[in-house]
Amino acid sequence: MKQSGNILFSGVGGQGILLASELTAHAQLAAGFDVKKSEVHGMAQRGGSVEAHLRYGEKVYSPLIELGTADILVAFEILEAVRYLPYLHKDSAVVVNTQKILPPAVALGKMVYPENILDELTSRQIKVVALDAFAVAESVGEPRTANVAMVGAMSNFLAVSPEVFLQVIEATVKEQFREVNKRAFAAGRAAVYA
Amino acid sequence: MIFDSETKLWLSGNEAIALGAWEAGVTVASGYPGTPSTEIMGNLARYEGVYAEWAPNEKVGLEVAIGACFAGARALATMKHVGLNVAADPLFTSAYTGVRGGLVILNADDPQMHSSQNEQDNRNYAFAAKLPMLEPSDPAEAKEMMARAYALSEQLDTPVLFRITTRIAHVKGVVEKGERCQVPEPSIAKMPAKLVMLPGNARVRRQAVEKRMEVARELAETLPENRIEPGTGRRGFITAGVPYNYVKEAFPTAPVLKLGMVWPLPERMIREFAASVDELIVVEELDPFLELHIKAMGIACHGKDIIPNQGELNTFIVRKAVEPDSIGALFAPIDLPMRPPNMCAGCPHRGLFYGLSRLKDIFICGDIGCYTLGFLPPLSAMDACVCMGASVTMAHGMSKALGKSGEGRIVAVLGDSTFMHSGITGLLNTVYNNSYASVIILDNRTTAMTGHQDNPASGRTILGNPAPALDLEQLVRALGVKRVIVVNPHDVETTRKVLKEEIESPEPSVIISRAPCVLIPEEARRKKPVYFTHLDNCTGCSLCVQMGCPAISWTPLTPEEAVARGYREKQKGFARIAENQCAGCGQCAAVCKFEAITRKEAK
Repeated sequence: MKQSGNILFSGVGGQGILLASELTAHAQLAAGFDVKKSEVHGMAQRGGSVEAHLRYGEKVYSPLIELGTADILVAFEILEAVRYLPYLHKDSAVVVNTQKILPPAVALGKMVYPENILDELTSRQIKVVALDAFAVAESVGEPRTANVAMVGAMSNFLAVSPEVFLQVIEATVKEQFREVNKRAFAAGRAAVYA
Repeated sequence: MIFDSETKLWLSGNEAIALGAWEAGVTVASGYPGTPSTEIMGNLARYEGVYAEWAPNEKVGLEVAIGACFAGARALATMKHVGLNVAADPLFTSAYTGVRGGLVILNADDPQMHSSQNEQDNRNYAFAAKLPMLEPSDPAEAKEMMARAYALSEQLDTPVLFRITTRIAHVKGVVEKGERCQVPEPSIAKMPAKLVMLPGNARVRRQAVEKRMEVARELAETLPENRIEPGTGRRGFITAGVPYNYVKEAFPTAPVLKLGMVWPLPERMIREFAASVDELIVVEELDPFLELHIKAMGIACHGKDIIPNQGELNTFIVRKAVEPDSIGALFAPIDLPMRPPNMCAGCPHRGLFYGLSRLKDIFICGDIGCYTLGFLPPLSAMDACVCMGASVTMAHGMSKALGKSGEGRIVAVLGDSTFMHSGITGLLNTVYNNSYASVIILDNRTTAMTGHQDNPASGRTILGNPAPALDLEQLVRALGVKRVIVVNPHDVETTRKVLKEEIESPEPSVIISRAPCVLIPEEARRKKPVYFTHLDNCTGCSLCVQMGCPAISWTPLTPEEAVARGYREKQKGFARIAENQCAGCGQCAAVCKFEAITRKEAK
């Protein structure tokens, strides 16, 4: 099992990034790692870009991922994947939700949403795994589980077994949402190979 | 939680500090919400045996904590960095009185200004107020250090400043759980020579302050929180707080002097460490605080000559500053449309700022809260913003400077919580000194920006229990305001008319713009209609788009595309509502003149 790693979560306020990073942190803790996670509250949550840094290893000091060292980027929106390019290295894996959320300048018609922007990653030989997390979540009957579907997709790149994630969901999610979240996790995990 | 065990918890720094305060036997705590400090009080309030409250501002909060400590309790005051400016008056004199029960002042700095209007370095307060200051490096240490802070406070008879930064407050890590210590029994004890700070007594206490700092300096030499971590190599680092982690990551084998107490400093320990290395580098965020005092000892060191004095540090910045040649190639950032924060879909503030944005030639004095986002395009309806409550007072000052030429052009805008924090005295001044400035209170029934804390007007305590709710109309009338008008900001047309009338009025007026924040639970649960666009009717006037609602977007059209869609050739585009994002406020429908936006009732 990999002895340390850096997972960066990015997206737009309100997409459930904090829960996704929390589930991942618990899975790494259950696997016996030291973990630190950094997030920003306040102004950042009003629809702006949101990021969470998760680091695990035998002993973690810095709560922030150093530029060029994110092993996995879990991006909940296309632009928010490309925005974090300086954090990536040539062996990074990027799991990206293909949803587009228009930034204000685009919604106002002042700028255009860049087309084929994921090419900026693939042209640099970065491994990109794209999925429509919203569709995956709808397929299990609850569109609001898109964030957990993303965790499922990401879990393919971690040594932690999927059972650990399912146990974490069992232990941390409210009873009425447990089963649907487990299904979302499994569907997200399967979607990457599909 | 799967990780919860008998001894270990997964906690944010703020949760860890609340736990640390509880374990240290705190029984009274008071504070005002402020990112990144807010969650400490919310968490502490839920512990058995602790009374915690939201105060209307930080000065009130600190004075409450001082009172509790005078009664022999261990007390905590919490605030963000700029809050300590508000609380600076009691802070400086509490250094003279000292304490009975332990008193800790939790101060959260915000390097990088993630959610703040400045990035002042409050370590300077420790120096200026002559108070010991502790600073942890991560959540686990933050929890442990709370116990030390209370012990020092009582041992040295002084309030203790406890500084954290955003990367403690909102970082989660593994924390060791402990036991609650023996809680001191409160009592009344009269100690006038120590507690009554009139000049005769204060001159005596002034000397006690200096003696205490001498003792503290000596204590710093052996405090376990100040430690030398031996290493190899000729280069050594002195660091404290979060930057310690970046030094450890970038230079894992280098010798490090880690300071847990950042004021006063252990001079002998610093000298000993400096003598043991060929090159000494001080790594600290923001001001050269440690560096200046170390240089004042006559010790040569690097500091702000290589380490930035603005913004947050991180491992990359520290590595690059110290060993620029060791940095490998990175992928360069791609130029992308920015995604700044925005007022939510359905936000009541939008209706009010839309109204203001339509008024020509006015100057809008803004304030601190979600509504500061009214500054951003397309509304662009804010012309100044300085600090909590300053909207009201700046507007008055402008009216006095401008005289006749400013009549009908000056308006202040602030939130309900901000008004109670420090707008009330400003409004009193506006009335007393006969101004014409109008004041708009955005009453959304909560303290929204920091995460929906209750406040004196919300009718609930920190724990959600019923509390007397301030009647804002009665209060502003009692201050002497004769023109008091309440509007519903979702009623865009009426709001615009009222704004025009009141701003033009030659006497002070208060407009209370009242509608609940869409994110408060009652409101979020409420079944709401949604609005949708009849694309056939859209003429591309873009009035709705100009409200800047995140649920509304603009699709530009070429003349050919316009014709193909059945629009006039000249139509530049059309607006569309994303129904899954619409919060049903109806403001857009109110401004649409072409019946292109229609309401669909809640199912």
